[in-house]
Amino acid sequence: MTDLYRDDVTGKETTGHEWDGIRELNTPLPKWWLMVLYACILWSIGYWVVYPAWPSLTSYTKGVIGYNSRADLSNQIASAAEAQAHWLDAIENTSPEAIANDPELLNFAMAGGRATFNENCAPCHAVGGAGRPGFPVLADDEWIWGGTLADISLTLQHGIRAADNADTRNNLMPRFGADQILDQNQINDVAEFVLSLGNRAEDSAAAERGRQLFADNCAACHGPAGEGVRELGSPNLADEIWLYGADKAGIVAQIYQPRMGVMPAWGERLDSARIKMLAVYVHSLGGGE
Amino acid sequence: MSSAVSAAGARPMEPYNERIVRLFVLATTFWGVVAFLVGVVIALQLAFPIFNLGLEWTTFGRLRPVHTSAAIFAFGGNALLGTSLYVVQRTCRARLWGGDAMAEFLFWGYQLFIVLAASGYVLGITAGREYAEPEWYVDLWLTLVWVVYLLIFLGTLMKRREPHIYVANWFYLAFIVTVAILHIGNNLAVPVSLFGAKSYSVFSGVQDAMLQWWYGHNAVGFFLTAGFLGIMYYFVPKQANRPVYSYRLSIVQFWSLIFLYIWAGPHHLHYTALPDWTQTLGMTFSIMLWMPSWGGMINGVMTLSGAWDKLRTDPVLRLLVTSVGFYGMSTFEGPVMSIKAVNSLSHYTDWTIGHVHSGALGWVAFVSFGALYYLVPVLWQRQRLYSLRLVEWHFWTATFGIVLYITAMWISGIMQGLMWRAYDNLGFLQFSFAETVAAMHPYYVIRLVGGVLFLIGSLIMVYNLWRTIRGDVRQETAIGGAAPAIATARA
Repeated sequence: MTDLYRDDVTGKETTGHEWDGIRELNTPLPKWWLMVLYACILWSIGYWVVYPAWPSLTSYTKGVIGYNSRADLSNQIASAAEAQAHWLDAIENTSPEAIANDPELLNFAMAGGRATFNENCAPCHAVGGAGRPGFPVLADDEWIWGGTLADISLTLQHGIRAADNADTRNNLMPRFGADQILDQNQINDVAEFVLSLGNRAEDSAAAERGRQLFADNCAACHGPAGEGVRELGSPNLADEIWLYGADKAGIVAQIYQPRMGVMPAWGERLDSARIKMLAVYVHSLGGGE
Repeated sequence: MSSAVSAAGARPMEPYNERIVRLFVLATTFWGVVAFLVGVVIALQLAFPIFNLGLEWTTFGRLRPVHTSAAIFAFGGNALLGTSLYVVQRTCRARLWGGDAMAEFLFWGYQLFIVLAASGYVLGITAGREYAEPEWYVDLWLTLVWVVYLLIFLGTLMKRREPHIYVANWFYLAFIVTVAILHIGNNLAVPVSLFGAKSYSVFSGVQDAMLQWWYGHNAVGFFLTAGFLGIMYYFVPKQANRPVYSYRLSIVQFWSLIFLYIWAGPHHLHYTALPDWTQTLGMTFSIMLWMPSWGGMINGVMTLSGAWDKLRTDPVLRLLVTSVGFYGMSTFEGPVMSIKAVNSLSHYTDWTIGHVHSGALGWVAFVSFGALYYLVPVLWQRQRLYSLRLVEWHFWTATFGIVLYITAMWISGIMQGLMWRAYDNLGFLQFSFAETVAAMHPYYVIRLVGGVLFLIGSLIMVYNLWRTIRGDVRQETAIGGAAPAIATARA
């Protein structure tokens, strides 16, 4: 229906169209709206002149300032590296022990070690080396493979049970249950004996039966009193620190079919300055020897 | 009451097909609750991961696409299909083209698409493309359904008994046509086998990513913007009982929006392998899109000139106008976030999630709620809604929920972005990723509360609509002390 009509409220003309009772005012475009639209278009055209913008079949307009995001990124990375070069070179040429004795170098190594740790190690060992089930705490004084700067450096460099790294730290605990070296009752008895090392045995008769089994099967690696042997990477069983669960079920499971963690060989991924900074940082977390 | 709106013209020869609109209204309401509920569940999972339940079917990774697809395609899609079929009949004074069977096929075919898509996600069948996760067999089915939709809509426009096509129908048509192009373009894939679900995209690398975001951004542009502007252009003037503010603005807005939106996708891939020139175009077209988007807001809000007082007494109109407000906010925030310098902070953070939800909850859901409150009394021939007081409750509960949600995500997102880029004075990163995740926890809890409030609001609506359909009318004092001159009551 076409019916030119003036709206009472606004005094404006309508277009004369009507649909299902809806009419339309013929209000002109708001001036500010049009101005801002033009301004946005002009700004865009300016941006096209300055920056890479329009493609052709084989190339594109490069823009008058020659901006290139790849080059920009490379420059930023280079200038960040430049800013740290003095310190990183010094760390490269200094032993971890000497770094620990140089306050300025130590300050830088701690900052760098913390950042490197947060990026690479915290997903498993948690921020600050607080550890998670299956991933050792690095902030205490219990070390499976040793807690000196040299020990930590070696672990970082070559990892633990890292695939394809000839010098990785390695050991293998037999699968006493899964490979039927011990039967269910014997495993129970050994577990009770291990509990008794921390005065936690629930069944002292079983623990007593387990004593000989432990001496025959476990002591060679874990030591006669379960105190652990660092050279072999076999953990202390007589303290209160447990990687895979402190309760009896956890101990039985570990004897039956042990879980053995893997840590990457970080020397294959990080440069030697960062490995050193990490060693210094981890050493400082609380338990360095 | 203004006389600007005359009584409806002579009734058409055939009565309108309102049964199909009623079905879509019910489906919109149902899927809306599903979408909000699954949203609450995954918000709970983000705050407390234990609620992944350790089952593959209930993990965040599987439920997240259920939430997004339910919100966009099930809730939003049914709202668009239903309102478009209502509006096109009324504004063309013509019954739907193609007969009732075709309309029924459209409805049930679309519901089947939703069920096929969602069941696939839960079972781990996914094409791995955001907002286009359904695998090839579902894509083919949707294509068929969509062609039927296009035919019904176009056919009805062709047989219209009005000289001109109303602006709402331009937006609906742009939505239908462009979504078809986007859907087919983005889902070009080769199935691994005829009887297997898996397929691989025919594109690869950065071209594939570009195509995905050409689709993804225009799902926002043409599904969630153009389509819902169609809803706005009909239901705001009807509910306000005022003429549309500016016909000229609607024309300029329509064409500029349609032309500019389709270019803006690359702003989702700033600072990636995408070439610099493509990023530039994506950003500049997003900036130019600002005013065309706001044209819709101006037309929506200014249509109330001469009827502002109704906002006090009509909570349905308030829902509609608030939706336009959120639309204006999101369509300003979007261009801002497309600027590369801003994007370098906002990208990959919760800020994006907050932005999406101010659009999805504030704009898309609110304008749909307004349309549902308008439609139910009309379609079931009730004198008015069961209770306007309950609409008021819905409005405030949901609004409060949105505000909690988006402010929590803004703070969490900006904090997250700042933490990621924080360096100490020696040039080392300040925070580990795990620390940035831990810092977001309180905001995830606030977001969860916001989502729960929004869900509660929608349940209030379900109750209100159900009582309305039953024919109940709640005796209550009118809002604002005015006589209960309810705009939804019409001849």
